[in-house]
Amino acid sequence: MSTAVIVFPASNCDRDAAVALEKVTGKPPRMVWHKDTSIPDDVRFVVVPGGFSYGDYLRSGAIAANSPVIRDLKDKSEAGLPVLGICNGFQILTEAGMLPGALMRNANQKFVCRISRLRLANAKTRFTSQYDAKHEIDVPVAHHDGNYFADDETLRRIEGGGQVVFRYSENPNGSRNDIAGIVNASGNVLGMMPHPERAVDTVHGGTDGITLFKSIVGSL
Amino acid sequence: MARKKKSEITPEIVAEHGLSEDEYAIVLDRLGREPNLTELGIFSVMWSEHCSYKSSRRHLGKFLTTSDRVIQGPGENAGVIDIDDGDAIVFKMESHNHPSFIEPYQGAATGVGGIMRDVFTMGARPIALMNALRFGEPGHPKTKALVSGVVAGIGGYGNCVGVPTVGGETNFHPGYNGNILVNAMCVGLARTDNVFYSAAKGVGNPIFYVGSKTGRDGIHGATMASAEFDDDSEEKRPTVQVGDPFTEKLLIEACLELMATDAIIAIQDMGAAGLTSSSIEMADKGGVGIALNLDKVPQRETGMSAYEMMLSESQERMLMVIQPGKEKLAFQVFEKWELDVAEIGTTTDTGRLVLTHKRKTVCDIPIAPLADDAPNYDRPHEPTAPREILKPDEVDEPADYNDALIQVMTDPDMASKRWIWEQYDRHVMADTVDSSQSGGDAAIVRIHGPDGPTDKAVAITTDCTPRYCYADPVQGGRQAVAESWRNLTCVGANPVAITDCLNFGNPERSEIMGQFVGCIEGMNEACRAFDYPVVSGNVSLYNETNGVAIPPTPAVGGVGLIPDLTLVQSLGGARPGDTLILIGATEGWLGSSIFLRALQNREDGAPPPVDLQAERHNGDYVRKLIRNRRVRAVHDLSDGGLAAAACEMAFASGIGMELINPSELPAHAWYFGEDQARYLISTDGNSVNPILTTADGLGVPAMIVGKAGGTRLKAKGAFDVSLDGLRGRWEQWMPELMSGATETV
Repeated sequence: MSTAVIVFPASNCDRDAAVALEKVTGKPPRMVWHKDTSIPDDVRFVVVPGGFSYGDYLRSGAIAANSPVIRDLKDKSEAGLPVLGICNGFQILTEAGMLPGALMRNANQKFVCRISRLRLANAKTRFTSQYDAKHEIDVPVAHHDGNYFADDETLRRIEGGGQVVFRYSENPNGSRNDIAGIVNASGNVLGMMPHPERAVDTVHGGTDGITLFKSIVGSL
Repeated sequence: MARKKKSEITPEIVAEHGLSEDEYAIVLDRLGREPNLTELGIFSVMWSEHCSYKSSRRHLGKFLTTSDRVIQGPGENAGVIDIDDGDAIVFKMESHNHPSFIEPYQGAATGVGGIMRDVFTMGARPIALMNALRFGEPGHPKTKALVSGVVAGIGGYGNCVGVPTVGGETNFHPGYNGNILVNAMCVGLARTDNVFYSAAKGVGNPIFYVGSKTGRDGIHGATMASAEFDDDSEEKRPTVQVGDPFTEKLLIEACLELMATDAIIAIQDMGAAGLTSSSIEMADKGGVGIALNLDKVPQRETGMSAYEMMLSESQERMLMVIQPGKEKLAFQVFEKWELDVAEIGTTTDTGRLVLTHKRKTVCDIPIAPLADDAPNYDRPHEPTAPREILKPDEVDEPADYNDALIQVMTDPDMASKRWIWEQYDRHVMADTVDSSQSGGDAAIVRIHGPDGPTDKAVAITTDCTPRYCYADPVQGGRQAVAESWRNLTCVGANPVAITDCLNFGNPERSEIMGQFVGCIEGMNEACRAFDYPVVSGNVSLYNETNGVAIPPTPAVGGVGLIPDLTLVQSLGGARPGDTLILIGATEGWLGSSIFLRALQNREDGAPPPVDLQAERHNGDYVRKLIRNRRVRAVHDLSDGGLAAAACEMAFASGIGMELINPSELPAHAWYFGEDQARYLISTDGNSVNPILTTADGLGVPAMIVGKAGGTRLKAKGAFDVSLDGLRGRWEQWMPELMSGATETV
C-alpha cells in the first residue's frame, strides 16, 4: 500500500505533505508529477498539496483542475479512492467539480496567514474519526483565496448532509457559514483551506493536524 | 582641413547615461576609439554606483570578513557559512528602494525575487525570507499606499514561490517621506561540497540562458538606482521590472535539479544590469572572454536592439556556463520545467566581450577595464558633529505615566506589525520554529536536510536603529550589529555572521559620506568585538529627493546557529511568580530615545553609547544561562527600554508584570532609558541566587527588577495598566492606520 502526493510545477507544500504522510505511515509517499496521466494502482490515499500549481493566473486551481493527473484522480475518487486537498488542493478539487462550491478571494482582499482555531462540524468522517468531537483544534491558514462560497441550495445540501467538516472559530476570509473544510457526498474527498501538515510536529507549535492523517490512514 | 566625422555619442548622451566627463575619458582611453551606443550603455551600467560600488568600495574593504565558519565572504552572489554536518547556510540582504517607491508592488516583489536568485545561484534552496522596511511618517499622503503595495508585493512573491517570510522590522519616520527603504534578505541551505560560484572557466564552453524571455522592462534600472529623485521621479516607472514568482519557482527547482549533476561550471543570476552585468562578472572572475549571439536570446518582444537586450532587467533569468557534453542534460532539465532555455554563446580566450546581432558585431570591448578600471572614489567625508549628552534631569518626567506607557507602546516603531506579517506565509516548508507571530527577538527555522528534518536550526534577525545612526553614525553602526547579536543570543543561538544593506543619501555630499564612513567604522568595531564577520551585502546610495537624504540606515541581517532544538529560547515563557532579572548596567539614557520622540516630539541628544566589551560579556553570560536551562523567558532591551521589554514579554507570555525601580534614577530614565547591552530574563525562584551570584563573579551587572504574574503591567512609582487593554491599543495602531488604504499610489 502506498500514499501519494500530486506535484504541480508550483506546488510548494508537497514536501510538507510528504513529511506528514511519512510520519504517519512510516513510508515515503509516491510523488506523482502533474504530467503523469495516471496515479499508480497501489496508491490508497492521495494528497493534493498547497501552492500555486501553474501560477494560478486564471483562477486559483482552474488550470490544474484540467491537468491529466487530476482527470485520473477524479475517476479514481469516484471509484472510492480517498483524496485530501489542502489549500490550493482544495481550490483544485472545487474547480475539478470533485467538491461543491468555490473559493473566492478573501473578503478583505488580503493574503492571510495565522493560526486558526477550528471547530469539528463532523467528527465521523474518515478524516476526523480519531478527533474528540468536542475538541477545537489549532491549524495554520495561509491563503489569498479561501473565501468559501456556495449558493443557498448547495449550502443547505452540504449542511444537511453532514458534509461540512471544519468551521473557523474566527472567520479569517469571509467564508459562508464559517466553512473551513468540506467532504463530498460519499465522504472520501476532503478539501480544506487550513494546513494540517503544518501542525504535525512539536516545533510547529502544535500537533493537532496529525490526527487527521492518522484518521484517514487508519481507515485504509 | 578635413572635417571630423560627426560623433554618434554626444556629451548629452554621455550625461544621460550617468557617466561623468572624466569617466567617459577613461572609456575612450581604454577602447582607443569612440564607443557605439551599445558599448556606452554597457560601460554606463557597469560603472553605475549600483554595480561598481564606486563610492563605497574602498570603505567596504575594512570589514571583518573571515572566521572559521566562513566559506565565502563578500564578492559572490551571497555569503556562505559552515553550520556543521556538511550543511552550509547561504545568505544576503539587498535593497530595492528606488523601484519600490515608484511602483511599490512590483518593486518589492522583484526585490524578493532578486535576493532569492542570489541565494539559489549559489546552490542553496531558499528556506527563509526576512525584510527590513522603512516608510515615511504615518500621516504622509503616500505612506499608506506604499505600505499596502510593498507588503502585498513581498507576500505575493514569497508566498507563491513557497519560501516562508519569517520576520523583519518596520520603521516610520518623516526622513523616509521621499525615499522608502525596502531591504529583503534571503537565507538558503546548501551542502558545503556543492556550492556554486560565478567564475566562468575554460575556453569554448557553452553559455546557457535560462528563464523568462528578455523584454524591454527595467532598462536602466541600475542607473535609476544610482541617482537622486526629484518631483518627476514617477516618470521613471517604466524602469521598474515586473516579477513572475511562478517562473522563479520553476527556476529554483530546475537549477537545483541540474546542480545535483556535474553539468554546471559557473552560474550567475541576471539582476541589476541584466545580461551585461552577469556575463561580464562571470568572465571577469574567471579571466576569460565571452562571445554571445544576441539573436539566440529568448525575446518577449520583436525588434529589440542589442542595446535593449543588454540593458534589460527582465526578471527570473539565469546565465550559466555548462560543461561541454552536458548540453543535452541541461536542455532536458529546463524543458522538463518548461523554461525558456537557449545556448547563446561560448567562453573565449580573448578577454573581450564580443556581441553579434543580426550578423553584425555590435560590441567588442575588453572585459578587464569594465570591472577593474571601474571608478573607485575616495569621496570627501565629514564626520557627524557629536551631540550633547542628555541627562535624565534635563528631560521632563511625564505628568501621567500610564499615558506615557501607551504613547511609547503605540509609537509607530513600537506598535504591533501584525497587519504586515499576517500577509506573509510564515509556515510554508513546515520548518518554522518561531517567526514574527511570537514577537520574539529572532526568527528560527529548522534545518531540513536531504534525509529530513534535523535537530538544529538557524536564527535570523534584521536590525538597525536609524535615529541612533543619524545622531552618531559610529555608535549607531555599533548598535545595529550589537542588537542583531543580542537578538540571536536571546533565542539561544550562537551568532555566526551578518549580511548588511547600507542605505544612505548622496555620497557626493561630504556629510552623507561622513555618515557612511562612520557607520561602517562602528559596525566593523562591533563585528570584530564579537567575531561576527560580514559575509555579504549591498550598498544603496542616492536615497534622496530634492536634496533631502534619508536617515543613515545600515540594516544588519544576522544569522546564528542553534545546535539543538531543545535549546531554543523564547520571550514567551514567563510564569506567575517568576522573578525578573535585568542583566546589564542602566544609566537612564534618554537621548534619541523612543520616549523622547513619543512623549515630547524630540529627537535630540546623543544616542546610548555601545560598550562592546560589556555587550560581549553580558551576552555570553545570557547564552550560558540559556544553555544551562536557567531561564524561562529572555528578551533584549532596545527601543522603549525596560518598560517596553517587559510589556513585550508580558504579551508573549500572556501574564502581567510588576516592575520595581531599585536605582537612584527618576522613573522615566529607569523604565524608558535605552542603555545598551541589557537583557530582561524571567526565572523561577530557585535560579535567582545562582544567577545573581555567578553574574557578580563574572563582573556582569545583574539585579532583580520585578516579578511576573497577574493581569496588569505595573511599575512602582510609574504606571499601572491592564495587560489586555494595553495589548489592544498596541495591536490596533496599525489596522487603524491602514483602514481604507489601497495598493495604488
